[in-house]
Amino acid sequence: MDLFTEGDPIADTRAPDGPIETRWERRRFEAKLVNPANRRKMTVIVVGTGLAGGSAAATLAEQGYRVRSYCYQDSPRRAHSIAAQGGINAAKNYRNDGDSVHRLFYDTVKGGDFRSRESNVHRLAEVSVNIIDQCVAQGVPFAREYGGLLDTRSFGGAQVQRTFYARGQTGQQLLLGAYQALERQIGLGNVEMNARHEMLELIVVDGKARGIVVRDMVTGEITTEFADAVVLASGGYGNVFYLSTNAKGCNVTATWRAHRKGAYFANPCYTQIHPTCIPVSGDHQSKLTLMSESLRNDGRVWVPKAKDDDRDPRDIGEDERDYYLERIYPSFGNLVPRDIASRAAKNVCDEGRGVGPTKLGVYLDFADAIDRLGRKAIEAKYGNLFEMYERITGEDPYEVPMRIYPAVHYTMGGLWVDYDLQSTIPGLFVIGEANFSDHGANRLGASALMQGLADGYFVLPNTVANYLAAGPFEKVDATHPAAVEARRDVEDRIQRLLAIDGDRTVDSFHRELGQIMWEHCGMERSEAGLRKAIDEIRALRDQFWQRVRVPGNGEGLNQSLEKAGRVADFFELAELMCIDALHREESCGGHFRAEHQTPEGEAQRDDDRFAYVAAWEFTATGEPSVLHKEDLNFEYVHPTQRSYK
Amino acid sequence: MNLTLRIWRQSGPQDKGRMVTYQVDDVSPDMSFLEMLDVLNERLILAGEEPVAFDHDCREGICGMCGLMINGDAHGPQRGTTACQLHMRQFSDGDTIDIEPWRARAFPVIKDLVVNRNAFDKIIAAGGYVTAPTGSAPEAHSVPVAKADADAAFESAACIGCGACVAACPNGSGMLFTAAKVTQLSLLPQGQPERYTRVIGMVDAHDEAGFGGCTNAGECTVVCPKGIPLTTIGRLNRDYLTATSRHADTPGT
Repeated sequence: MDLFTEGDPIADTRAPDGPIETRWERRRFEAKLVNPANRRKMTVIVVGTGLAGGSAAATLAEQGYRVRSYCYQDSPRRAHSIAAQGGINAAKNYRNDGDSVHRLFYDTVKGGDFRSRESNVHRLAEVSVNIIDQCVAQGVPFAREYGGLLDTRSFGGAQVQRTFYARGQTGQQLLLGAYQALERQIGLGNVEMNARHEMLELIVVDGKARGIVVRDMVTGEITTEFADAVVLASGGYGNVFYLSTNAKGCNVTATWRAHRKGAYFANPCYTQIHPTCIPVSGDHQSKLTLMSESLRNDGRVWVPKAKDDDRDPRDIGEDERDYYLERIYPSFGNLVPRDIASRAAKNVCDEGRGVGPTKLGVYLDFADAIDRLGRKAIEAKYGNLFEMYERITGEDPYEVPMRIYPAVHYTMGGLWVDYDLQSTIPGLFVIGEANFSDHGANRLGASALMQGLADGYFVLPNTVANYLAAGPFEKVDATHPAAVEARRDVEDRIQRLLAIDGDRTVDSFHRELGQIMWEHCGMERSEAGLRKAIDEIRALRDQFWQRVRVPGNGEGLNQSLEKAGRVADFFELAELMCIDALHREESCGGHFRAEHQTPEGEAQRDDDRFAYVAAWEFTATGEPSVLHKEDLNFEYVHPTQRSYK
Repeated sequence: MNLTLRIWRQSGPQDKGRMVTYQVDDVSPDMSFLEMLDVLNERLILAGEEPVAFDHDCREGICGMCGLMINGDAHGPQRGTTACQLHMRQFSDGDTIDIEPWRARAFPVIKDLVVNRNAFDKIIAAGGYVTAPTGSAPEAHSVPVAKADADAAFESAACIGCGACVAACPNGSGMLFTAAKVTQLSLLPQGQPERYTRVIGMVDAHDEAGFGGCTNAGECTVVCPKGIPLTTIGRLNRDYLTATSRHADTPGT
């Protein structure tokens, strides 16, 4: 059986034409507006309360819409954006170091290995400057210079210092800013907040997204909720790998359920493997912890020149060390983009020069920086990260070099959206990591926060109005056949999971799925490996539906049941990821196919055949998906082989 | 390591609850505390028992979702550390470990070790923000902020809202949580216009939610995984006194 079929290309992304600098302004001018008095009559559902969802819900409520917000955590403040460490990019050019909107645009398109849309990325760079203003006004305590102005630092893939930060907790501080704006609207009665609620299905009525089915995770009650538009801000799907830097609860269910209802899923194989994470310590490992990329500003990455060198790193002389990033990429050195740093670490470990008990690790050494700047300066910049490292590993990184290894961190793929961030289902908008739009095949550091807040504060609130201008739409309630059916599907699925009563836990299946994905759809992919993975995933999925044991019942808090539903969706996504990776016979960004590399081992794109977005349409369970191609045109940044040498 | 765990089991809000003893063997010192509980739960599921419900999410000490009383200490024996970042090397072979939920009137138990901390959100909704609707912000550099103020604001802003302060307080007070936000925003120029309405709103919401009063016991700051200092409560009290001793609606007072 064929793995997929090909359908019509996507002809229109609804991006305005004309000079790229004017497109966003034109769209805002051409977009229809909703009169303030009519906004009160319209409801928008927002799923997820991270940087994208939190900022969107707050902003829509400020504008006067009725907003209903949902998150699976016990408070909107805990969405996983909170864990972002390093910073947020913005083209402020406060350093006078040659930065500009155009340069941020250029760096992002290049960093994404020419697999993103120019129009979207330019808009992102334009609004980046407004984000900093907005967050400062909210009282976000960014790092400052002695003169009282904002400090910035460098990040991977850029040669200017455009990254604003709040020690190693930038995501936390930005998220709390958005959360506080959201809480203000909750207090004013403009947002109805539903924490500990999980979206389990999308309700589509007459071709439009009109609501969701949710489960109250405390009472187990399943309800149908309705609105004039639905916004998914439910994050990425890195947890398909089981071990990732994502929070344990992060899942694909909201977007996957929407995909099954007709929303195309774009570029699912584009996964970001972050180069600086704490290595796995044993089989009990439940998640991986990131060490911010900002550490590469001052830390030097190295491995011993000799294989199997088990000496204490401090006893290994300078001439016996290989600072491989500085050697291979002299102009960017330790600050090469993430995909390149990760693959380089994998290569030296494959050569047998990895360090630590598992030999899957490289050193990140601060000795030079401590000599140059003093321990105090390093403490001020990275103190919390060093402490975290010590708590987890029991080693003091001021004394012994850190050991790091790549880990799954971010997913560039997601639901396909047009320029207005609307999916292929009218009325269903997708923002933040949940969509696919701005990062191409590789995201630059400090750009996730930028994109989440750009979408939530500035883009979506403008574009959703254009859709809502045709509303309010005909009232729908729980008795509508589409709602009844969606609800019944959710209930049936839960009953089915509970009834299996097999002999394996959900986690054991999830762990095994993750191993398959890491092995064959991780840092390096090959045709043979991907085909094997697809067979293994299908076999394991069958086992899951026969052997999983979900204790308890659906009435009340049941964490095993929550996990089971999420893992069931990960199984379906995993297969599509492998099919996408298999069909893309080129290497680009985070997608590295062993068959397609330059003689020096760098990613080799094939622009003639693959300069497109792969948008997948769901047909039926077990049936081949349909591939729709959206061609990418580069008018402003000419595709070249990325070089950071 | 082999451990004896005594864990609070409570099937729901109406259940009285009780401590139940479990044996967990072959624990690696490199495991996190929550990974040790994962091992227990896997075993319970296969034995046909209900796993222990506990809250957790990021497992890197920043989301604030996890919270356990471990041997009577909020987040356990290691200072400046959340339960998810606590590793088993802090314990010894043969130890007996008591694990309980946060206990406070304002944090009712939902199940086992899971409590409802919605009261914290209500305190923030009552004033823990700067009113700055999207789009209204001036250029970021139009208002410089002294580095010392920005750094001190950051220290208070580091609060993760886990609730350890409440669990450790003999009065079940949420004053350290409230004071951390009041302090952050009162140190910044952006927070000045609402400084005095904020503190009254937040303290009122705190009291309404059923938290107890602060009597300077200081337990809160000891267990706080982010080291929020007790001086924040002093700042809150000063602002509260100023706010209540003048008419908030009189300009320029």
